[in-house]
Amino acid sequence: MLTLEEVTLRLPEGFTLERLSFALEPGRTTALVGPSGCGKSTVLRLAAALLLPQSGRVSIGSQALTPRNANTLRHHLGYVLQEGGLFPHMTAGENVTLMARHLRWDASRVHARLKELLALIHLKPDHLARRPASLSGGERQRVSLARALMLDPALLLLDEPLGALDPIVRHELQRELRQLFRALRKSVLFVTHDIAEAGYLADDLILMRDGRIVQRGTLKQLVEAPADAFVSDFVAAQRQLADVLSEDDVVAESA
Amino acid sequence: MRRTPAFLACAALGLLLPGLAAGQADERDSSRVVIGSKAFTESVILGEMMTGLLESEGISAAHWRELGGTRVLWNGLQAGDIDAYVEYTGTILLEILREDPTTDDSRLEALLAEQGVGIAARLGFNNTYVLGMRETDAQARGIRRISDLRAHPELKFGLSNEFVARADGWPGLRAAYGLPQPEPRGLQHDLAYRGLASRDIDVIDLYSTDPEIEYYNLRRLEDDLEYFPRYDAVILYRHGLRSDAVEALRRLDGVLDEDSMAALNAAVKIEGRPAPAVAAAFLSGRLGTDVTVRAEDRLRRFVDRSLEHLRLVGISLGAAILIAIPLGILAYLWPRLGELVLAGTSIVQTIPALALLVLLIPWFGIGAKPAIVALFLFSLLPIVRNTQAGLRNLPPDVRESAVALGLPTFARLRLVELPLAGHSILAGIKTAAVINVGTATLGALIGAGGYGEPILTGIRLDDMGLILEGAVPAAILALLAQGAFELAERRWGSWEARNGD
Repeated sequence: MLTLEEVTLRLPEGFTLERLSFALEPGRTTALVGPSGCGKSTVLRLAAALLLPQSGRVSIGSQALTPRNANTLRHHLGYVLQEGGLFPHMTAGENVTLMARHLRWDASRVHARLKELLALIHLKPDHLARRPASLSGGERQRVSLARALMLDPALLLLDEPLGALDPIVRHELQRELRQLFRALRKSVLFVTHDIAEAGYLADDLILMRDGRIVQRGTLKQLVEAPADAFVSDFVAAQRQLADVLSEDDVVAESA
Repeated sequence: MRRTPAFLACAALGLLLPGLAAGQADERDSSRVVIGSKAFTESVILGEMMTGLLESEGISAAHWRELGGTRVLWNGLQAGDIDAYVEYTGTILLEILREDPTTDDSRLEALLAEQGVGIAARLGFNNTYVLGMRETDAQARGIRRISDLRAHPELKFGLSNEFVARADGWPGLRAAYGLPQPEPRGLQHDLAYRGLASRDIDVIDLYSTDPEIEYYNLRRLEDDLEYFPRYDAVILYRHGLRSDAVEALRRLDGVLDEDSMAALNAAVKIEGRPAPAVAAAFLSGRLGTDVTVRAEDRLRRFVDRSLEHLRLVGISLGAAILIAIPLGILAYLWPRLGELVLAGTSIVQTIPALALLVLLIPWFGIGAKPAIVALFLFSLLPIVRNTQAGLRNLPPDVRESAVALGLPTFARLRLVELPLAGHSILAGIKTAAVINVGTATLGALIGAGGYGEPILTGIRLDDMGLILEGAVPAAILALLAQGAFELAERRWGSWEARNGD
């Protein structure tokens, strides 16, 4: 669905991707994980042609992305940013339907698609009449997701979609996203630095470090057969609630 | 889209319409004779006199009063915007033709003819530097000529700072006449009159038609060695002016001497009588011509000035909006080009307003046209800069979302980027509008009318009421423009006001 072949990108800030290659299988959810600055968001921006590689090839389906065909190919992908990137001067509904109206869908088609999305994303119709500033963070991410899905793209790209949400909303949306990804059967590539979230939402994880892929596999494979010390450190760097509670006891006793 | 740049266009049109409505045809009726005058009392009285005389002969005439100086009038005459005005021979030779000021009259007329200009009449007075004394003193000592001062070394001189400093002023005068008096102290011209009245000083320099000559009862001392260049007042007209008008103007040949001109100046400047009435009274007394003086209608005048001002501001600002926003967009899309555009508009901004107005006269003549062009140029920078900055400073996640949706560049600008930059663009237009309203008052210097006209007349006559008649509405208009755009900005940004997180 999405293929990167020998992609090299050097950014002026000094960041570099060297000859990066991987492919996404159709209908499967893949998580890009890694510490900050490892290049995972950059990969997503390459996939949406927001950045162009200095060498190598990025393809959507069978077509290589070029500046000429980028806008057409972008109709086949949905893109969700951490803060949603909603247009503040439009209502939620206008945000969602903007591209469809720009492509001159007729009103009944827009309406029918909107109705499907409301059910799928658990949005209330009255949310659609409101501007982003008067929606909660979770509601904004739902609107952003609806906007990404409006044209029914084959590929969904999500850049830390839940990163800015409080824990309860985040927990709830994780559950909904898991159901959604399974129901839609689209190719999904999402970025997170939370290995548990990655394992919960995706059965295919790509762990990156310094612009290179360190290991690819299921969460189980990463935990049980880490490729190197970095992978085991990264996987281990998840604080378990039980550990935290026992550490708290130690602090309390010594005080 | 509900919030497309259509709103912006409406705001622009709102300002533009009153201007266009007031924009009665600028093309002049070719049979109408246009008289010009400079921004000082004597020139305005003479302009009224010429206009009144032509009208009494059944020739349609208009008076373009208080234009900003020799260059403006001369260029206006060359461009055919005005047909005739009063100039002084010394000024023609020194400032316009750059010739020796002692050039004789027939040579002067030949030089003018090369430029397509003729002299219709010599009014009969010479408005140059002279030395003056109290009439009673001069009589008692028998002083008539500057040479006579040689016999009176006890006389105290009080000369204006400028006259003391100029090589062709006091130093040259003393050398030419061999005057024995000690080095005089320079003082301010108005103080010199007062010092003369209080007998602290005895001799001062003045212009030979100053109204104060009459008021303080002074005697002009004859320049018997002809030291000062001649500044004979002559009516210049452009070749091509209808011959009956030239004939009519010839009737003013030799009708005024220094005393009568000074008396007319005093009637306007010291007694405060309106210039048209003073000119009409002189014409009927001297030439037996009957001139009807139109009654002054303050309200009508105010409405006219307001419409003229709105027209200057409206057309120039409207055009600037239409040009500067696209320029700002280009500057945003192509940053290299943007630097050029911003540099260009910044350079225009550094040209002093009056200099730009005068520079534009050769292309646009005098009147509203060059003023509108100058105001247009001055309005570009704030709008271009704010358009570019507003677009560049949009939140990056909003721009990325718009790109990732697959919106082409221009759809993205129209639907997302311009509406979001609208706030900044409106602020730029507001800045331009406020600068524009203030700068438009300078338009009066080149005959563009507006609120600058009463300000100029007020400065000339030292009449605070008249100055305020122009300055107050100009200030109010600037405040209104500011308020209107601030309101528009607030409405534009209303989606940011409610923050429901």
